[in-house]
Amino acid sequence: MIYLDYSATTPVDPRVVDAMTPYFSDSFGNPSSVHRYGQVAEAAIDSARETVASILHCRPDEIIFTSCGSESDNLALRGAAYAVRAKTGAKWILAARVEHPAVTRTLLHLEKYDGFLIKWLDVDEYGMVTPEAVSRAIGDGTALVSVMYANNEIGTINPIEEIAGICRAKDVLFHTDAVQAAAYLPVDVQALGVDLLSLGAHKFYGPKGVGALYVRKGTPLVAQLTGGGQEFSLRAGTQNVPYIVGFAEALRLTNKEREQRVTHVKPLRDQIIETVLETIPDSRLTGHLEARLPQHASFAFKDVDGNLLLTLLDAAGFACSSGSACKTGNPEPSEVMNAIGLAREWGLGSLRVTLGIHTTTMDVDSFLNVLPGLVEKARKLTV
Amino acid sequence: MSKVVVAMSGGVDSSVAAALLKEQGYDVVGMMLRLWSEPGREDSNRCCTPDSLALARRVAAKLDIPFYVIDAKNVFRETVVQYFLDGYARGETPNPCLVCNRQIRWTFLLDHALALGADYMATGHYVRKMKDEGGRMKLLRAVDRSKDQSYVLYVLDQEKLARALFPIGDYPKTEIRACAEKYGLPTAARKDSQDLCFLAGEDYRNFLQRNAAEILKPGDIVRRDGRSVGKHNGLANYTIGQRKGLGVASPVPLYVLGKNPVTNALIVGTREELGSRDLTVREVNWLSGEVPLGSFRAEVKIRYTAQEAEALVTPVDGNQAQVRFEAPQRDITAGQAAVFFRDDVLIGGGIIV
Repeated sequence: MIYLDYSATTPVDPRVVDAMTPYFSDSFGNPSSVHRYGQVAEAAIDSARETVASILHCRPDEIIFTSCGSESDNLALRGAAYAVRAKTGAKWILAARVEHPAVTRTLLHLEKYDGFLIKWLDVDEYGMVTPEAVSRAIGDGTALVSVMYANNEIGTINPIEEIAGICRAKDVLFHTDAVQAAAYLPVDVQALGVDLLSLGAHKFYGPKGVGALYVRKGTPLVAQLTGGGQEFSLRAGTQNVPYIVGFAEALRLTNKEREQRVTHVKPLRDQIIETVLETIPDSRLTGHLEARLPQHASFAFKDVDGNLLLTLLDAAGFACSSGSACKTGNPEPSEVMNAIGLAREWGLGSLRVTLGIHTTTMDVDSFLNVLPGLVEKARKLTV
Repeated sequence: MSKVVVAMSGGVDSSVAAALLKEQGYDVVGMMLRLWSEPGREDSNRCCTPDSLALARRVAAKLDIPFYVIDAKNVFRETVVQYFLDGYARGETPNPCLVCNRQIRWTFLLDHALALGADYMATGHYVRKMKDEGGRMKLLRAVDRSKDQSYVLYVLDQEKLARALFPIGDYPKTEIRACAEKYGLPTAARKDSQDLCFLAGEDYRNFLQRNAAEILKPGDIVRRDGRSVGKHNGLANYTIGQRKGLGVASPVPLYVLGKNPVTNALIVGTREELGSRDLTVREVNWLSGEVPLGSFRAEVKIRYTAQEAEALVTPVDGNQAQVRFEAPQRDITAGQAAVFFRDDVLIGGGIIV
């Protein structure tokens, strides 16, 4: 099997596993405990927090560890929405139509159960949120703006600095979901100018089940998980020490090896895009050609059941993904496909190919050898 | 190693079929069809509820085989459900499972299996396949006659049979259950049922009312001589042989004898008028691929649940055949299939006209 779905998740780097291992059974203390066991555990998460802060270019006490990227998004959106409304009464939230469900469904929830009002920002044909769209929509009643750093389905990178600037000028909080971006793009919160930024470790060779939220000092935020005073009283619950250590180590390695990772995946990715568009009739790239994640290729094939294509690929030994992927045989074009204006006969036939540090030239060659035939097969079977 | 796709349902039979093939050394892949359900009733479809999907997925995981769900909603609606509606509109009592087996399972799914590189496709049907000396495929009734499902498979041809595997047809159901236990597979299969999957456990009349109300035209209830004895509320609401619920006052019990779609009349008569020794079938399929030379004696089954009866079958031109029973048969129903067996071998079958 050849794994070409690194945007779904990544294998944990053995160096990360090594860093985590002592904190399961040896240094197992509760970081909140007074005794030596607790002190050792607390030192481990303090150190992890410092590592993360140095990479994000922020203070350690601006980092909140969570259980995953989705939880980070939830804490950012709910926590900021409640806090801002309590302070100013503002109840409008702006977000892109193509956000990850961790954002869109959280906002729909806030709208349905908490009386917030959502303004969905349109995107251009590449799935990009333009600064102009934010400028037009932002107003006095805006409590919060959320725009993802890079899109999970189509890889498009948004102009975060500019959008953050617009929000800053209007004194509106700005959150970005950087879960997909962090594996390849720098996450310097000062350069980006964001108030809140979500991360999840398993996208950059860390373990599943741990995430982080950057919260700029002074940002009003209401805890969503209450209890003990952990994580500066913003996220209760005994810290998951080994996973937090793993998060920090994975992010450290990602930051250190960023350039060589990009150099490794980008030419392979470019080869995929070029070959697919050249050899497969009725195919197109989805997302932006240049402003896209370097490991990310995504396509739409006309009149192809994307799910079926994934099945054929899997049976042929290639693990990929699709915007309409579902395991229940009930495919629908994704919100992203609709938002970028793809017609149904294109939107159902999406394919995402995402590379990683273990992808080889041979993997890509053999993938490109079989793909055109499988698209043709799927097209014949699609009724 | 031969590759085989097993059509899985989450039930005990297809699960054991997969397990047996895996044990026999095949490279096994599980597939499940997502069939059409009426909007809002997806949870009740007998074949592919989210529950049965989850069950099939668990079985595949237990057997450590790949598992895929294939979307067949549109093709199922356009072929099987449409056939069902068209049949009732013509005044017949259609059996959509036959079309499902021919068009969906053994065409649509088989095409997907072959596209996946499979050499064979297997199902959890109780039926046996054998090859004769000449290399021709034969379909035989299951060892467990009480479970035999060959009736719905008379629609197969030599080409499809060559690709088919029926691993459980050689075993009695009790052994299949024991097998499931041995492999640790779920044995609490849903209860056997002849309901159509897309009826979601409801009476077919409700389904027609919702989806094709226009075919339920009220008309006359008549005797054989044309004498009107009452009113019916749509031919499709009645089945051949039905006695109760006719709403006709009569000194002797009256039964539904037939339907006349041209005059939209429901024909009723006494118990003595019910039986017939003759029927004709259309769209006949001969499993050998060749029309038999002349008449032959056969056991004929006129409904999935009917007992076979001795008859003389005579092929006639235009893909038809005439069947003459030794004794009169009750409830010969247009739209159902009559299927011919000789000894345990399935010879062919067709749709009763």
